[in-house]
Amino acid sequence: MNAFWIILTGSLVATCCSLLGCYLILRRMAMVGDAISHAVLPGIVIAFLFTGSRESVPMLIGAGLLGVFTTFLIEFFHRYARVQADASIGVTFTWLFAIGIILISVFAGQVDLDQDCVLYGEIAYVPLDLWITEGGLSLGPRTLWTIGIVTVLIILFIVLGYKELFLTTFDPAYAAAIGISTSVWYYSLMTAVSLTTVASFESVGAILVVALLVAPPATAYLLTDNFKKMLLLSVMAGILASAAGYYLAVWIDGSIAGAIATVTGIEFMLAFLFSPSRGILLKRKQLKPTQH
Amino acid sequence: MQEFFEFFSFTDANIRYVTLGSVLLASSSAVVGCFTLLRKRALVGDAVAHAVLPGVCLAFILSGTKNPFVLLLGAFITGWISLVTIDFITSRSRIKEDTAIGLVLSVFFGIGILLLTAIQHSGNAAQSGLDKFLFGKAASLVGEDLIAFGVVAVLLLITTLLFYKELTLLCFDQAYAATIGFPVRALELLLTTLTVFAVVVGIQAVGVVLMAAMLITPAAAARFWTDRLGLMLVLAAIIGAFSGVAGAFVSYTAPAMPTGPWIVLIVSMIAIVSFAFAPNKGWVSRLLRKRRNKILILEENLLKLLYQLGEQKQELHTPHPLQEILQKRAIPRKQANTGLRRLSSQGYVEKTTAGWLLTGQGQRRGERVVRLHRLWELYLTQYLHLASDHVHEGAETIEHIITPELEQKLMEELGFPVLDPHSARIP
Repeated sequence: MNAFWIILTGSLVATCCSLLGCYLILRRMAMVGDAISHAVLPGIVIAFLFTGSRESVPMLIGAGLLGVFTTFLIEFFHRYARVQADASIGVTFTWLFAIGIILISVFAGQVDLDQDCVLYGEIAYVPLDLWITEGGLSLGPRTLWTIGIVTVLIILFIVLGYKELFLTTFDPAYAAAIGISTSVWYYSLMTAVSLTTVASFESVGAILVVALLVAPPATAYLLTDNFKKMLLLSVMAGILASAAGYYLAVWIDGSIAGAIATVTGIEFMLAFLFSPSRGILLKRKQLKPTQH
Repeated sequence: MQEFFEFFSFTDANIRYVTLGSVLLASSSAVVGCFTLLRKRALVGDAVAHAVLPGVCLAFILSGTKNPFVLLLGAFITGWISLVTIDFITSRSRIKEDTAIGLVLSVFFGIGILLLTAIQHSGNAAQSGLDKFLFGKAASLVGEDLIAFGVVAVLLLITTLLFYKELTLLCFDQAYAATIGFPVRALELLLTTLTVFAVVVGIQAVGVVLMAAMLITPAAAARFWTDRLGLMLVLAAIIGAFSGVAGAFVSYTAPAMPTGPWIVLIVSMIAIVSFAFAPNKGWVSRLLRKRRNKILILEENLLKLLYQLGEQKQELHTPHPLQEILQKRAIPRKQANTGLRRLSSQGYVEKTTAGWLLTGQGQRRGERVVRLHRLWELYLTQYLHLASDHVHEGAETIEHIITPELEQKLMEELGFPVLDPHSARIP
């Protein structure tokens, strides 16, 4: 049963991340996703200090705000202070992440978080923290509920805003011309990324969220040219990685989150080498006849 | 306070080591960071930093010791592989650079975490302390470690100085470097190697996760204070070294505090202050400059309007009420009032009961703006063959910018003209 809960949680995290990641990598904002996933840390800690518990809602709000703030700060440094774009990302997220770690150390007694958990989460503990009602009915792991609700929200967001997200990603100028606000959708997307990061935070840790944000979409990107197919393939790659990652971790006796990230890397490598349309090994074969 | 003196008197040998170590580690990565920043590859350092972790773990698994040179070698190898992988992915597929960086960063780090946790669970007692790579341990650097990393840091600084000219050219004009026969490929490789070394060394100070800050932040801050590369390197090194010492001091006074995050926090604050307040390039000075320009344009427009009103009546010595000025050109009333008051305190206009009057000084300045406007209109019609009704807008902007030298040149070029394209007299 534990294995089932862990893989289910991992799959839900993977679903959220892989869906949003498709938009991020197509907008060339993979590193902004990376930055947000680091920078929400102080938001989580502050929400923790205010409520004194791991209540999900305040944490989601705290981190959501901080995610938007991060995006805003990166934009601000870049546009108004004219800091080089990549430097602006690098400075912002390391700064916020450092603040988060320091806050954790300062309030070590009050905050039930530790530095390692921030990095690679505790997905193995997911089945231990069960949500048991007053009547004694067990509703399954608490984390699962949080990430489940966030998954539903993310899927709703993508289904309802599909056209707008699609247009602002592929042709922002046209989107603006027909009256879709690019910045509204930009910030909504970033909020969604922050929410996902927080919801996934306890289970896979802030940094390995990045693996799921980037690797499955990149894999899917090498396999198809159709955006809907890319979303679908990306989710499938993510879910497959969570299941395979779990068993890899059990086999090696290591961190599950680390193993999931490793598997996403292997998936990408396979697509990179053997993708029917774009794999570097197969592409070479196709080119051969034309070389005569 | 007492702790402060205790620390900075450096009587304790341990404190001397730690301070020296932090300064060397932080400043060597800051110097190399300047070059990666200027090549617009700042975030690559982040990927290398994360990719070092599996190398450290593998080196430990294979050798079974924590000998710093062995761990360094392992770190160096995987760091290098990560950079090559990023280049390979971006050049051989349609994956963009940012995605490739994110991918390599997270996957290598994931492998590192997997190995690290596997080592921890294996019950090998020698492994304790390996996780210091995650958040750094500048304050506990002693003996063997310090010597090893100190040597590498010094070598790094020396190499950078030796190849200063070549690296500079690589950053600013790669094509020219190739033309005059520099081995560009080899130099890129050198910079890559230097970056990996800087990361491997800097990680001792701040750890894997925050290493990017040691490469990017001091360089980004220094960039705001100067346009000269030599000075930028020195400034970045000083900023890095200062934060290194400050971080060591914090962890001396409060041993429970993580050193790495404090170093990063301090260096980030320096950078943010630089972004905001650096002279010339900072955000505030940019705002001030913008404001000054706005005021200048408003003042010149008011003087121009007064001059044009006088010109219509062939009489520059009659005052004009504000209403009349605003009728000619819609300027917000409040703005016009403040502008006129400022002008009168500078002696360009005088307020009389009947309205505003140009002084002699004001007449000359107003006349000059009108002259520049009409000269420019004439220039556009004569030399660019624009229709005479298309040239007003351009002249509106440029009339505030043209320098006296340029004005002289324009006059000569146009043969000291008398009339502008709208047949108005050029004063």
